[in-house]
Amino acid sequence: MHIPDGYLSPSTCAVLYVGAGAGWYSALKRLKRVLLGRVIPLISVFAAFSFVVMMFNLPLPGGTTGHALGVTIAAIVLGPSGAILALSIAIAIQALFFGDGGISTLGANCFNMAVVGSLVAYASYRLMAAGAALTSRRRVVAAAIAGYLAVNAAALLAAVEFGIQPLLFHDANGTPLYAPYRLGVAIPAMMIGHLTFAGLAEAVISAGLVAYLQVADPALLRTTSGVPDDKAEAITAGGTAARSLQTLWIAIAALMLLTPLGILAAGTAWGEWSPLELARVQHVNSPPSVPAGLQRLSNLWTAPFPAYAPSFVRSRGFGYLLSAMFGVGFLLAVSLLLRLLLQRHRRGEYSS
Amino acid sequence: MKRGFLEATTMGFARALTRAMLSEQIARQRGLLQSLDPRVRLFGLFLLVLAVTLSRKMTVVAALFALALAIALLSRVRIATLATRVWLVVLAFTGVIAFPAIFVTPGHPVAVLGPLTITEQGLRTAALLILRVEAAVTFTTLLVLCTQWTHVLKALRALRLPKEAITMLAMTHRYVFLLVETASQMFESRRSRTVGLLKPAEQRHMAARTAGVLLSKSVSLSNEVYLAMQSRGFRGDVQVLSDFRLTMWDYCGLLLFLLAGAIAVWMGR
Repeated sequence: MHIPDGYLSPSTCAVLYVGAGAGWYSALKRLKRVLLGRVIPLISVFAAFSFVVMMFNLPLPGGTTGHALGVTIAAIVLGPSGAILALSIAIAIQALFFGDGGISTLGANCFNMAVVGSLVAYASYRLMAAGAALTSRRRVVAAAIAGYLAVNAAALLAAVEFGIQPLLFHDANGTPLYAPYRLGVAIPAMMIGHLTFAGLAEAVISAGLVAYLQVADPALLRTTSGVPDDKAEAITAGGTAARSLQTLWIAIAALMLLTPLGILAAGTAWGEWSPLELARVQHVNSPPSVPAGLQRLSNLWTAPFPAYAPSFVRSRGFGYLLSAMFGVGFLLAVSLLLRLLLQRHRRGEYSS
Repeated sequence: MKRGFLEATTMGFARALTRAMLSEQIARQRGLLQSLDPRVRLFGLFLLVLAVTLSRKMTVVAALFALALAIALLSRVRIATLATRVWLVVLAFTGVIAFPAIFVTPGHPVAVLGPLTITEQGLRTAALLILRVEAAVTFTTLLVLCTQWTHVLKALRALRLPKEAITMLAMTHRYVFLLVETASQMFESRRSRTVGLLKPAEQRHMAARTAGVLLSKSVSLSNEVYLAMQSRGFRGDVQVLSDFRLTMWDYCGLLLFLLAGAIAVWMGR
């Protein structure tokens, strides 16, 4: 994904230098506000770490290998500003010291991988790991998906940058002056490799690193955990479970209030007919006839709230709501009963 | 013989260290580029890269490529080094990208290979792209090979880059080698303890674990560096030493770079 010199026109490079410059300026400004002295060695060492991780030859499913960027773990540990600077420094050293990636395209490479890659990784990780405990499995999955998305977002940008070159820059004969393929070719050509291999490499290393940090050094995951430092200690499985339950209660209440929407649906669900409804449906094509077995078994049990409409309630909407409340309450009562029985059973096991 | 994941990664680390050492070696030799002030070198070579990308004519790009070759010879950079490090790699990478353009670019047909038609515009597109990338990457590599990293940093400071960015670049460069060496030793020790072939899933676990240990080491290293900085009186203000002075020779070099760049842009427009 490192675009070398010569693939992009100078004006494209200039625009992307401006884009990357905006990212660098804002990241540096934000970090200066926090605590630059402490951050300088951390970002430097992290940039070096990202550089080394890019050299890892990762074995991927299918027998091939790929290289990760390290942008996701940087975004998770340092936050977006730190990740933008760390990745940009790693990319700059690759270009200026090792000649990997161009000088004129340095802005483009930093914009794609460091700025956009970091922001996509950070936003998707925060979104997917919101409210999860530091040691939650969800954080590992979120890191993998964030890594996959970040690399593919950066690759898509690079493909678009390649793809617009022949449209904008060609000579009088129509000969493209820079990257020769239009968007229709550049995007699939770039994305196939990244959707299948490069994205997976980033996903594997990001998930592996988050899983490792959860065991070895969970404190490093706190910066982007979405919880203030003073409360970070309280992020335990129990604390998160309580918060998750609260969310669950709110969701259940909202769903109960929304149940009258079911009345808006026209007709009946196919196959869920009462004998009367079946007769009505059949009448459209042929004379009504209800199978004898159905007629007999349908009277086996008379529901207290038939068709979610208790006989003592006149309003259908209120009947739906009441049915929902009754259903949820009944299930809760059964759950509590089961819990009580289980607790009694466990106490019996311990005492024996 | 097919190399395993451990061998491939260890060899990658060794290659990077060798390349870095070679660059430092070449940068200390006497030569044309080495004799110029690093700021002139950085500015001049960047100008020539820009001229390469701005030129629309193949003859001008070819002339700039010849200029790069002449500068390399005068700076005592071996052609074999450029050929293996730049030209063949670029040819392989860009060649793969440029090759289909021969067929898919619409234009005057010059040859027919079964269902495929080679067009004049397609040939020109592929040739121009390869030549342009070869010339630009050669100039970039000359900068990398002929300039010590500390000088690159000072030259960047002259471009008014924030001091904090320069400090981070300098620190990162230093720790890159430390971490490459650490990772290399970790892989080497693992390799010496591994008998037989590892399954791909085991290899992935090992890579993630190694990266994890490296990350922990990196973070604790950054803490130690910060404490060391504090104990030496660091209060957040970065000081950069800049003792370069432009001589008449540097001004001549700057003028020649400007002339070459301007002529190339004018002729190649």
